[in-house]
Amino acid sequence: MLAGLVIPTAGTVTINGTDLVAANAEFRSQIGYLPEDPPLYREMTVSEFLLYVGQLKGRSEAAVVAELPRVLETCQLAHVQHRVIQELSHGYRKRVGIAQAIIHRPQLVILDEPISGLDPKQIVEMRQVVRALGKQCTVLISSHILAEISETCDRILVLNGGRIVAQGQESELAAAAHTAGTRLTLQIRADRSLVEGALRSVSGVQKWDVAEEPGGLLKLHVAMDSDQRESLVAALVTAGVGVRRMVEDESELESIFLGLTQGASA
Amino acid sequence: MRGILLVARRDFAAYVNTIWGWLIIAVALFLDGVLFHALALTSTAQYSADVLSKFFFNSGGVALGVGVVVTMRLFAEERQTGTMVLLESSPLSDRQLVLGKYLSAMMFMTLLHVLTAYMPAMIFVNGKVGIEQIAVGYLGIMLMSSAGVAIGTWASSVSRNQILAAVLGGMLVLLFVLCHWLAKVSDAPFKELFANMAFYAKQFAPFEDGRVNTENVFYFLSVTFGFLTLATQALTARRWE
Repeated sequence: MLAGLVIPTAGTVTINGTDLVAANAEFRSQIGYLPEDPPLYREMTVSEFLLYVGQLKGRSEAAVVAELPRVLETCQLAHVQHRVIQELSHGYRKRVGIAQAIIHRPQLVILDEPISGLDPKQIVEMRQVVRALGKQCTVLISSHILAEISETCDRILVLNGGRIVAQGQESELAAAAHTAGTRLTLQIRADRSLVEGALRSVSGVQKWDVAEEPGGLLKLHVAMDSDQRESLVAALVTAGVGVRRMVEDESELESIFLGLTQGASA
Repeated sequence: MRGILLVARRDFAAYVNTIWGWLIIAVALFLDGVLFHALALTSTAQYSADVLSKFFFNSGGVALGVGVVVTMRLFAEERQTGTMVLLESSPLSDRQLVLGKYLSAMMFMTLLHVLTAYMPAMIFVNGKVGIEQIAVGYLGIMLMSSAGVAIGTWASSVSRNQILAAVLGGMLVLLFVLCHWLAKVSDAPFKELFANMAFYAKQFAPFEDGRVNTENVFYFLSVTFGFLTLATQALTARRWE
């Protein structure tokens, strides 16, 4: 819908005051869109294709010709601009897909799963392209690969059931996701039965997980509904458990996402 | 207008820059040539005007078939290959897209008809026909092609794949061609309706003989306009899905 492909049956979509329904053509000229499978006319060369799409989006031929070098450079396509798209690898086709989305200098570029199907080298190159793009216009990346979002995005919107349940920088989302609890990882030396007894005695401990480590050590993950780490350590030490290390878990985007969406569903 | 020409130019280039377009032209010219030789150039003596008339009759039929094959890809192929999103997310209106696609197919049909011109030229050089009959015959073929292309454009606009578009478009064109048969087996008021809808027997026949009737021109233009409007509506409806 944001790309102007579907008309909303309720509500409004605007970009810089331009409404999707009231000024559909103007709205669409401000959007660049790359679906998961790049829409490409494979019999055309890269530059022919970009010239065509630029004009299709409402720019004059002269304006697109002037814009072409910048786009080719941003997407690292200059050396293949005269090649037929059919002959390009999947990674290059993705880049041509991004190039067609930005050739008309849109205000907003929407990239849907931009790294799906790419090999590790192509993923690194694609990140460079997306970061370069982010300096020129607003880029909205839609992806289920949260590690990629973490790598490339400044601001994150979490959608659940079609609604935004959280938005902000990753650290802000982490804070929002974990305000109701604390997750700790401990390295201990003790018998398992002693550990379980000690954990049961601490109020607020919701769940835990114990895994063996080399050297007779145990790795203990604890989730608490509030920050009671002093009580936890005291209970463990009292029970004869040797506490060697305790750290608060860093919030990974996956766990943040799960925390936010589960909370919203409940 | 710029947007219409842009779409038309690209689609026309897609026909002629691939083997696909030239294969269609080769098959169409082969059929035209065979039919011209078999049905028009018979051993019995004929008036040049009759030979020319038979040429236009045959060529018109081939043109309708080509129209179905050419138009089946217009929108259906874009959907199959995922490029429809480029058109749908562009600022061009649905009407501009439909007209651009229609125009590209008509450019291809024009190319095909130009390449058949050697046959009437042979009759003109070796026989006794007026240039007017040739011009009017081609006008009729272009009008009938236009109606056929518009039907095919609509069929492609409502189909998810090219085969379905070809079947749907082909059946509709066939229906218009066979309307004079339906008229023979129907009672009033359908008898007259079918008789008037018949592409060949009623609407195209005068052109074959070098006669231009306003009602025939109006009929083909109406069919063209009607199906292009339906195609535009079909595209618009998809935005509300």
